[in-house]
Amino acid sequence: MSKRIGMEVAIAAAEAVALCRIDVAAVYPITPSTHIAEHLSDIVSNGELDAEFMTVESEHSAMSAIIGASTAGARAFTATGSQGLMYMHEMLPVASAMRLPVVMAIGNRAVSGPLNILNDHGDIMMERDAGWISLFAQNGQEVIDMIIQAFKIAEHRDVMLPVNVSIDGFILTHMVEAMEMPDQEEVDRFLPPFKPFETLHPDQPVSMGAFAGNDIYTEISKSKDMALVNSKKTILQVWKEWKKQFGRSYEPIESYKTDNAEILILTMGSMSETAEIAIDSLRAKGMPVGLLKLKLWRPFPYDELKKAVKGVKVLAVIDRAISYGGSGGPVCGEIRSALYDERNRPAIVNYIIGLGGRDVTPEDFMMIAKAASQAEKKAPKDRYVIYGVRE
Amino acid sequence: MVKRKWPETWQEVNPGCIVFEPGSASEYHTGTWRSQRPVWNNNKCIKCGICYIFCPEGCIHEGTDGYFYADLDYCKGCGICAQECWPAAISMVEEG
Amino acid sequence: MLEIRWHGRGGQGAVTSVELLALAAIGEGKFAQGFPSFGPERRGAPVAAFNRINDRRIKSRAGIYQPDVVAVLDESLIDLVNVVEGLKSKGTLIVNTQKTAKQLAKATGFKGRIGVVDAKGIALKEMGVPIANTTMIGALIKATGAVKLESMKSPIEQRFGRIADRNMNAMTRAYNEIKIS
Repeated sequence: MSKRIGMEVAIAAAEAVALCRIDVAAVYPITPSTHIAEHLSDIVSNGELDAEFMTVESEHSAMSAIIGASTAGARAFTATGSQGLMYMHEMLPVASAMRLPVVMAIGNRAVSGPLNILNDHGDIMMERDAGWISLFAQNGQEVIDMIIQAFKIAEHRDVMLPVNVSIDGFILTHMVEAMEMPDQEEVDRFLPPFKPFETLHPDQPVSMGAFAGNDIYTEISKSKDMALVNSKKTILQVWKEWKKQFGRSYEPIESYKTDNAEILILTMGSMSETAEIAIDSLRAKGMPVGLLKLKLWRPFPYDELKKAVKGVKVLAVIDRAISYGGSGGPVCGEIRSALYDERNRPAIVNYIIGLGGRDVTPEDFMMIAKAASQAEKKAPKDRYVIYGVRE
Repeated sequence: MVKRKWPETWQEVNPGCIVFEPGSASEYHTGTWRSQRPVWNNNKCIKCGICYIFCPEGCIHEGTDGYFYADLDYCKGCGICAQECWPAAISMVEEG
Repeated sequence: MLEIRWHGRGGQGAVTSVELLALAAIGEGKFAQGFPSFGPERRGAPVAAFNRINDRRIKSRAGIYQPDVVAVLDESLIDLVNVVEGLKSKGTLIVNTQKTAKQLAKATGFKGRIGVVDAKGIALKEMGVPIANTTMIGALIKATGAVKLESMKSPIEQRFGRIADRNMNAMTRAYNEIKIS
């Protein structure tokens, strides 16, 4: 039976990882994901979980170690964020190209410089094209759920890809709140033991990670792309199973009060529920505004997006990162491109907020909704607005 | 039937590009581009095996008599064995 | 919804206070948040930590700018930071001090309800250390009714083990001894 608990979300994340009966964790602790590593290390050293906890000397080694562990048939996990994630960068596309179902929790944090340990999505956006399945959690409950789901999605024979779960640093990682923690029996029922596609074993040798020249690299890249695109089917299936067993539903894009909405705000991660407060308040005043919460970043849910914005006049995309000298917000760049071919697409405006830990309040979303409502009649001067910047 | 070395289409790529026949690199005879070959003078050789240790191709083997020889299918003629052989038992001879 | 801001110094346990209070509220079946003022911390520097307690699910993850309650673990902070900033006029200020509520009103300029308790003295007597964070929870519970005092028992036991009783005793004394204007 699931148990209602009060716990820091990072600690709950570690508990969820332990419930997945991992074989190997290799983590180089970094703020704000540190408590995940610390607590997981406690669980292993207490003997509660029969796993190897590798205290590696860097994040590059952490990712390399779980790649190695996974090739040997282990269910493997790591956690990091910001500089640590960037230090792993070189190994991330290797994990996906080798089709290794490892899972990573990311305590999202702004990247240096200047040094800043607080939340934004600058770190994960830099790893957008690494070929990983990428999920965004909006609260502690979704952190627990998505970590458990992540292993099942990753290891599914139709997927075999690494999965990362973005957990907003501090805002979620350091939050003590109420959650439902499934028990071991429930997780065992949901997540069968890991059956690797192939393992490195001296009795039956294979080569993994071999060189591939210009005569095959294109075909391998296409097969990796298709694996990611096709993984959506399994993700939806796993979410369906999750809902059936645990009652909580997950969608690539979750809608909130979108009925008859003319203006939609699109958010990701922990700001989503804060935005709901603004929607409630504006709806009460009669403004036809609703909220889309993007939970599946890769593979990008094109069909769901097109369906969600049908008939909508203005779509305000909220980014928590900047693509410098580029599209403004990376999420908005994606969404503009996704909707370009739609005949009746909404006007799209882009607001970048919450950089480097700057607070995001319901009032901010009310201001954004009001400003966005003007965009239908008159296109905004700028392609994107860095909201609240002092000038 | 001709054995296919690798997949033709993207659909045929093994997940993770796993090679199920490891060691297939041995099918490539890299010795074909050699311009010099190592020749042992076993009167000078003391069977120390330093040539075997230093060969970057791993193509020097120990014969049943304890002397060493290069597998010319793979020897690229780099000359490292001759350079490292301190009794100077190996000399590099032009191919051709 | 009850929103609380705690002021302390790095190492005085303000973050522990918000965690324990949140756990007690969740244990009662309520919804609660406990979170630190995010960022790098060092011992002795002024820090803040926050609680939200509600009967329904809490959606906001924004900071708390207009708290209903402010609890001050170290009265020397009053000279350093404006501890009553944003505190609702009908809110409550609770201070670990030997001074009177009247003196605190003058020092802070706060005209609302003020609770004073010598939490440091109680902590020294009951636990042998001047760490007043758990003691102050008792005072806060009396002043606000945020949770029931007995709801603290389970989180305190889980957190402190052998020394849980001493913490509970100090907390109970502060609950009984706080003077509210």
